[in-house]
Amino acid sequence: MEEVAFFAGAIGALGGAVAVIALRNPFYSVLALVVHLVSLAGLFLILHAEFVAAAQVVVYAGAVMVLYVFVAAYVGQVEEPIWEPIPGQRWLAPLLACALFVELSIAVLGTALSSIDSEGPTVQLGFGEPSSIGTLMLEKFLVVFEAASMLLLVAAVGAIVLAGRRREENGRGAEAERAAEGA
Amino acid sequence: MSTTTYGWLVLAFPLAGSLVCAFGWRVLPGRAAGWIATGAVGLAFLNAIGALVMLLDEPTAARQLTSSLYDYASAAGLDIQLGILVDPLSVYMCLIVSGVSTLIHLYSVSYLTADRGFARYFSYLNFFVFSMLLLVLAGNFVLLIVGWAFVGFASYALISFWYRRSTATDAGMKAFVINVIGDIGLVLAAFFVFRELGTFDFLAAFDEAEGAFSVNEGVLVAICLLICVGAFAKSAQLPLHTWLPDAMEGPTPVSALIHAATMVTAGVYLIARMHPFFELAPTAADIAAFVGLATLLFAASVALVVTDLKRIIAYSTISQIGYMIVGVSIGAYAAGMFHLMTHAFFKALLFMAAGSIIGAMAGNQNIDRMSGFRKAMPFTCALLIIGCLALAGFPGMSGFFSKDEIIGFAFYRGGMYSILGVGMYIASFMTAIYAFRIGFRVTRGEPCPEAKELEGGHLAHAEPQNPATGEREDTDVGFPGPEHFIAEREMPMKVAMSVLGVLATFGGLVQIPGIDDAVEKFLAGSFEGSALFETVVPTGEEWVGLAIGGAIAIGGISLAYLFWVRRPGITARLIERFGALHTFLAHKWYWDEVLDALVYRPTIAVGRFANSVIERVVVDGLVAGTVGVVRGVGSLVREAQSGFVRAYALLLITGFAALGVYFLVASN
Amino acid sequence: MDTSWYLVLSALLFAVGAGGVLIRRSPLVILLCLELMLNAGNLALLAFARMHGNEDGQIFALVVMVVAACEVVVGLGLIVAMFRRRLPLNVDDMRELKG
Repeated sequence: MEEVAFFAGAIGALGGAVAVIALRNPFYSVLALVVHLVSLAGLFLILHAEFVAAAQVVVYAGAVMVLYVFVAAYVGQVEEPIWEPIPGQRWLAPLLACALFVELSIAVLGTALSSIDSEGPTVQLGFGEPSSIGTLMLEKFLVVFEAASMLLLVAAVGAIVLAGRRREENGRGAEAERAAEGA
Repeated sequence: MSTTTYGWLVLAFPLAGSLVCAFGWRVLPGRAAGWIATGAVGLAFLNAIGALVMLLDEPTAARQLTSSLYDYASAAGLDIQLGILVDPLSVYMCLIVSGVSTLIHLYSVSYLTADRGFARYFSYLNFFVFSMLLLVLAGNFVLLIVGWAFVGFASYALISFWYRRSTATDAGMKAFVINVIGDIGLVLAAFFVFRELGTFDFLAAFDEAEGAFSVNEGVLVAICLLICVGAFAKSAQLPLHTWLPDAMEGPTPVSALIHAATMVTAGVYLIARMHPFFELAPTAADIAAFVGLATLLFAASVALVVTDLKRIIAYSTISQIGYMIVGVSIGAYAAGMFHLMTHAFFKALLFMAAGSIIGAMAGNQNIDRMSGFRKAMPFTCALLIIGCLALAGFPGMSGFFSKDEIIGFAFYRGGMYSILGVGMYIASFMTAIYAFRIGFRVTRGEPCPEAKELEGGHLAHAEPQNPATGEREDTDVGFPGPEHFIAEREMPMKVAMSVLGVLATFGGLVQIPGIDDAVEKFLAGSFEGSALFETVVPTGEEWVGLAIGGAIAIGGISLAYLFWVRRPGITARLIERFGALHTFLAHKWYWDEVLDALVYRPTIAVGRFANSVIERVVVDGLVAGTVGVVRGVGSLVREAQSGFVRAYALLLITGFAALGVYFLVASN
Repeated sequence: MDTSWYLVLSALLFAVGAGGVLIRRSPLVILLCLELMLNAGNLALLAFARMHGNEDGQIFALVVMVVAACEVVVGLGLIVAMFRRRLPLNVDDMRELKG
């Protein structure tokens, strides 16, 4: 039963990933990523990480992807030229990606760590539950928690700064338009 | 006060005078710099007398005293002191140098009154006196070389004193370059001495020399010849003599002091001081003697035809120093040093008289334009004649005794030294002729226009110009001042010349063979153990030699009288008949041209070659080549900085993959 | 399922994401591929957490998610700013680093 779930999730994740890099329309890529994320959430559930799975769906697939959708809609279609200016990139990139995958696989499969070949110990009840996550966050990983909050704050401020319309640049932009019209 | 303290004081006063004049040139009023400088050298002279007196108190055997002020270097095997050697030879030289210098300083105070560089002149002149005294008092090779080099610098500074005159600066550079060649010889000699004997100190080296060297051993001959190179450069002997006639570009008192009385005698002093080496290497001593002979004959012949008054006297100096070199090389140390003293007197006197005459001629130095100053400048003419008589070796004058004692010694040693004697007699004859060429031409005959003006009480005036090339000058700093001075009108010049006139006349009386040998007895303290010094010519033979010399002198003077007073046209006819010979002599035996071709041009060619080939092609090529290679490699590497972010990402992933491979392999 | 399955899957997803970053030229899609790589990392973390039997890996994964979110904010902000200034939305056109 678990295997079926695993393969389902795996295929979904893989399919979504491939679709992200293959589809021309960036909007479709975004949607493909959403599929990928939800599949991953499924895999997380199998791994007894309920809270993380929930967070994945709500935060990642929910909030972050919504951001992406908005920007994709705003920006619109990007014409990607066919011709590749960097010599060798077209075939080197897939090659290196494969090389990377092969290496990592060899590392994983050839490892001397015996426990990798097992599923892991029998987890107790409450493993991956919000309460245990919360306890850990506030006890063992308090500093990490605080740091992450700080990071979020900084990002929020940064977003506001980036998004804010600056009077000068707007004025300059308007002037440039007028100059272009006049010439 | 001990003897050596007097020695240090002799050095201290001129140095102090030089510094005062150098730093106080703005504040010293009028001629104060001149009086301070003269006083400083005068004090040096008094201290030299003090040293003399103290030295005479000691017994002859114990008259070599050293004193060290400062341990200059005292390390593995090397022991160099800042030390002086006060012994009869050095005190004798100190007396001559400081005494004649005082008189010349006195003369200069008048001579350079109108010159803008008055204080600078006296600073240099005092520095020169200090350097010469240092050279003479030095107790080891290091200090000797220091003094030697300083003297060379002082000479250069004073020759190019009128620095805006290009002929003067050229002459200064020529003198300096030739001096440096001599310096090289001397320094190499010092190194060899240190290598063979392990010490730079004179007394120690001389003591070691007997035991360390066999007679005429190769190294010793080399050392002596290198010393000779130094001596010949400084004393203007063949072939390093070409700087001295050109050095007449300097002010006349400078010519008197440096290029007649003192600096050029440094070479003679050097050979006399190094006599233990030369006595052990007779080959080198003989070579030196014959070079001296060649020089004295050559210079005397040139002095017969050159027309610039100062240059005649310059060639005379070269010739007379040739005598001194011969003297100290063949072992007539006392006679050679005695001639050094008398020559200082009469040569300085001749230059002073020449300066006065040139002043009357408003700066013109051409002897063919001078005549008949008898009535206009009686004092100068009288002293000029005294100088000429002493130079010619007229019986009874100082030059007579000193020069002919050297010749007598040469004949006494016999063998090949007789050739030296014969050559010296021939040159004496020529000396008498050219001495009275000056004497009769200037004093006798119809007064020239300048002389007529002076008889009327008015000093001739002319546009300031370079006496050699005739080009126009001004009289601001760097050129001679606007006024000219003659002895008749200036008391300091009169005093200085009178003192020298007395010394030139009666100076010979201190060493009359058989009656008193004051110089010889005094110098014995420095020449202990010298076999040649002990050799004394029997009095009878000495007087025979003196008689011959006197006869030759009178003969020469008579011939000069014939040429320039009785039958003035003879010289012109002789020049016509022997035109080629005259040209040869007038071009100074073409020495300048020979040295130009043999030394100057090859050196310049080597320099040019080094520049165009080695510098431009090899060195620059290497440097430019390296730059090119680096630039090439850089432009290759620059390809990686394409600006494409994706390319950078590719490189990143590549690196990561490579790292992964490495770790996988390593862990296996 | 053994842990190694999850790890291999994670490696595969990571490689796909890396290839996408190198191939695509639109900054938006490149950011999406970055998300892929981050999530692959998350998967690996959770697999190990399960393997060890404690939740430290899960905390780590949550923090990674936080970081990803912040990064997305900034990155998208940049893209929007670029679009507003009418700059070409093509990574290859930004070659100022050339040298």
